[in-house]
Formats: sequence, C-alpha cells, structure tokens
Amino acid sequence: MSSHKVVKTYEEINEKIRAGSVVVVTAEEMIGIVKEHGACEAARHVDVVTTGTFAPMCSSGAFINFGHTSPTLKASKVWFNNVPAYAGLAAVDCYIGATEPCEEDPLNRVFPGEFNYGGGHVISELVAGKSVHLKATAYGTQCYPNRAMDKMVTLNDLPMAVLCNPRNGYQNYNCAVNLGNKIIYTYMGVLKSKAGNANYSTSGALSPLFNDPYYRTIGLGTKIFLGGGEGYVSWYGTQHNPGVPRTEGGIPLKPAGTLWVMGDLKQMDARWLVGVSILGYGCSLSVGLGVPIPILNEDMARYTAVSDDEIFAPIIDYGIDYPTGKAKPLGQVSYAELKSGSINWNGQVIPTVPLSSMVRAREIAQTLKSWIQSGRFLLTQPQMSLPS
Amino acid sequence: MYEKMLILKFPRTNVQEPIVCNLAKNFDLTFTILNAAISPRKEGQMVLQLSGSPHNFDEGVRYLRGRGIIVSNAGEEIRRNDEKCVHCGSCTAVCPTGALSIERPEMLVVFDQEKCSICKLCVSVCPPHAMELRPAENGETQPE
Ligand code: SF4
Ligand code: SF4
Repeated sequence: MSSHKVVKTYEEINEKIRAGSVVVVTAEEMIGIVKEHGACEAARHVDVVTTGTFAPMCSSGAFINFGHTSPTLKASKVWFNNVPAYAGLAAVDCYIGATEPCEEDPLNRVFPGEFNYGGGHVISELVAGKSVHLKATAYGTQCYPNRAMDKMVTLNDLPMAVLCNPRNGYQNYNCAVNLGNKIIYTYMGVLKSKAGNANYSTSGALSPLFNDPYYRTIGLGTKIFLGGGEGYVSWYGTQHNPGVPRTEGGIPLKPAGTLWVMGDLKQMDARWLVGVSILGYGCSLSVGLGVPIPILNEDMARYTAVSDDEIFAPIIDYGIDYPTGKAKPLGQVSYAELKSGSINWNGQVIPTVPLSSMVRAREIAQTLKSWIQSGRFLLTQPQMSLPS
Repeated sequence: MYEKMLILKFPRTNVQEPIVCNLAKNFDLTFTILNAAISPRKEGQMVLQLSGSPHNFDEGVRYLRGRGIIVSNAGEEIRRNDEKCVHCGSCTAVCPTGALSIERPEMLVVFDQEKCSICKLCVSVCPPHAMELRPAENGETQPE
C-alpha cells in the first residue's frame, strides 16, 4: 500500500489527456500553485508539469543511413559538407558528431579559433531542409566494389536519420569563473580575468532533472520534447552520477544525472537544433529538450515546485583549477542569485552571464504543455528507472 | 590581426584589372566582398572587408591608391539578426557598453544599437552568429 494521500497512474493521466480534461502547468507555474495550495492539493489538481532547457549540448549527434549506391559501396570515410562523420559501421551507416569541425578548419591556430562550421551545423542544415554535400570513400570489396560517392542530399533523400545524444540535460552544472590574470575562452563562454564574470548554463527551476531529482518518473522510454519533435530517453547519459551530495529537497549540489536521448530527425525543427560556434573552444549543437513529469503523488508535486532559490551551483575556477584537473567548489550560489544579474563572492560583486536560453526554455515548456492539452502527446511509463 | 571595412571607388580605366586578387596574392590579405557595383567602362564601387597584418594592410592600401583607386573607410555598424538570436546571453560577457543586455525577469536579451561602439567583440562570441557587421546604411551611395 502506498503511503501517499494522492495516487495517480500513467493510464489515468493519459485517459484525461484523451478526454481533454488534463491539467498541465509548467514547472515555473507549479511553484506558486504548491506554495498557495500545498503539495497534496496541487497533486490532486495538476496532472502533468512540463519542463524545458535550450543550450549547447556537445554530446549530441546523428546516426545517418545514406542508402546504397549502384555499384554498391562500403564507406570507410564519410563527410557531410566537408565535416567528417564516423563510418566504422555497416556499409552506408555513419554517425556525425556535433563537435566535429570541418576539414581544414584553422582550429585554434589563430587563437581564439572561431570554429565556424561543424557537425552541429550540418545537423541543423539537414533539419532545415537544406541540401548538403555528401562524400564517401571506400577501399572496395568484392561485394562492395564502389570506391567513392559524391552527391548533394537533403534530409528527405536519406533513408534514415536519428538524433542520438549520449549526454543531454545535465542535472546541475558549474558556475564558471576565471581566477587567472588573462581572459580565457572556454566551453563555458568567455571568462574575464580575476573573476570578471560568472557564467552558468542551466534553466534552473525549469530544467528537467531538477524537477524529478531522484528520477522517479524519468527513465528508459520516457517520451520527451526533443529538437522540436518527439523523442525518447533511451538510457542514462554518459557521466550520469547520481551519488553526489544533495540538499534536503534532493537537489544535487554538483553535476549529477544526465539523459541519453534519441528521436527521428525527420520530424524535428531547426529552430530547436541550432549549430553553434563557441569561440576558442569548438563547434556544438544547441538542443531544445523538454520532459513532461506526471504528478503521480504529492511527492512529485513537491519536487516539481522547486524554485531557483533552492537550487545551487558550485563555483569552479576555469583559469587554473579546471584545466589542471583539480576543480574544487569555491562556494555555492543559488540560481535565484545567478539569474539576478550578479553574485556576491568573496566580497566581490561579479556580473553573471547565462549560456542557456531561458526564453527558449519557457517556450519549450509551453509548447509541450499545449501538445499535452491538445491530446497529441501522451505520457509513457518508463521501462527501467535511471540509476539513482 | 587588423580588420577594416573599405569603400573602393574605381576610376573608369582600371576596372578590368584583377585588383582584389592581387591584393590577396601580393599582400597576404584576406577579403570579403560585401557589396560591388562594377561594370566595364564605367566607374565602379566596392565595399570590401579586408584583414591582415597592419603592415600588409597599409601596403595593400598604398597599392590600391597607386592604381588610381579612391579608398575610404566605410561606415560600419553592428546589427542583430533576430531570426538567429536565441536569447542565450553569451554576448553579454563581452559587450563593453551595455548595448547587449538582459531584461529581467523575462531574461530576454535586448540589443540597443544606439549604445553600440562597434567594437565587434560580440561577432565571434555569439554562438549562432546572430551579430553581424555590415556597412552602415548611410555610408553607401551607389553609382547610377
Ligand atoms: S550571444 Fe547571440 S544568440 Fe545569444 S543572446 Fe547574444 S546575440 Fe543572441
Ligand atoms: S559591437 Fe561591441 S559594443 Fe556593439 S553590441 Fe557588440 S560587443 Fe556590444
């Protein structure tokens, strides 16, 4: 027997979605509801809470099958718009990673490198319906005699393209400062010397895994908003590390859980998969991700009501500590402070810089909300929980 | 690295010479042609973004003037491509004038061109390349 006062099942919630009577709110809207009515009352009333995040997520890419040629070819090297894809798979399968720069990119030879075009840009252009230049070379076999192919393709021409991101939606991340004497260019953005600015990159109270900190409802098979379309959580992400210190409410004080997500690229939208260039660091892909959280009981209502002042990021020095592999938290700072525009650290007022778009995160949570309200998006029950 | 936007006014006679190619070849300068209105046997104009070492830059400009070309600095301005801006906020780390700032609590990134000093720092910092350097509208008079 459950010790909960309110108990709902996935099936009951889906029935309400089909009937058009489901109550959906965003994770930001949920804060006030729980504050005003309490967790039990909120759990009775609200069925689903939607979340969202939009930021560069380097561990992203796509599996692409580009179809057989005649004569047949077993590709050993593949490029899309001069960006190498990994071809160590079956004959015409490959994987293009978001951070792969194009051939002949000057990289960081003229520092800081601009990294104007890479795998993330290729994925973005494919999704936008643009045609890209596909080139493959092969050593030739008796069953696959062809040695090369070279053609323009669009996403429509590709038999299959699946976005498959081994690590997205990091549950918490560092707040980056630079205690060195020189400006640095990092994956956490530009960091001025002597802690001239503090950069952070999650959507805080709207971020998926802050709203289900112990992964009670998010697991293998959870259907999500991914890149403007539908996707699934298919595994726990790389570096998933649930066993970190947490607040009383369960919020990890360091980077913790991560999601491995995938979905059919053909139903996604370039507005939510944007190729990006990070000065001095490399190319990447900004990914729009949103997870619906079923309010199965009052605990889930409580979790989804988490607010920015209850979530803390560790302050990490990227000038000296991080590159030497000796990153240690120099303090904790709440997302409420981070979002206010400046933090107070060591008697110094440091302006903060977000790298993750709150505007887009809100749009994702609202979009997912309307998909569920309109009946086009049902919830799925996970087949396996993420390790917690 | 030195970079500048230039307006080249070509006299009638020289237009057929591969002047811009020579500029790249002989002076190790890289260029982007932003705007060109040139036709044979007429005066022509070109807006060119030129970059290279300061020394080569000066030499290159001397070469152009030596060919009878009138070289002047183009007015330039920074504009934001609102289609591309995702309102992440990364640019606010470098903008020295507050032309790029965040409106709270919406977290909308606003660009106030009036405050922009055209330092260009945001151009290479903006991850989706939404900040664009362009010739200023008033600095451009097209030959008829
Ligand atoms: S960095 Fe670029 S995309 Fe991000 S807010 Fe600034 S202008 Fe917009
Ligand atoms: S050019 Fe300089 S001043 Fe103008 S918006 Fe960009 S960073 Fe700010």
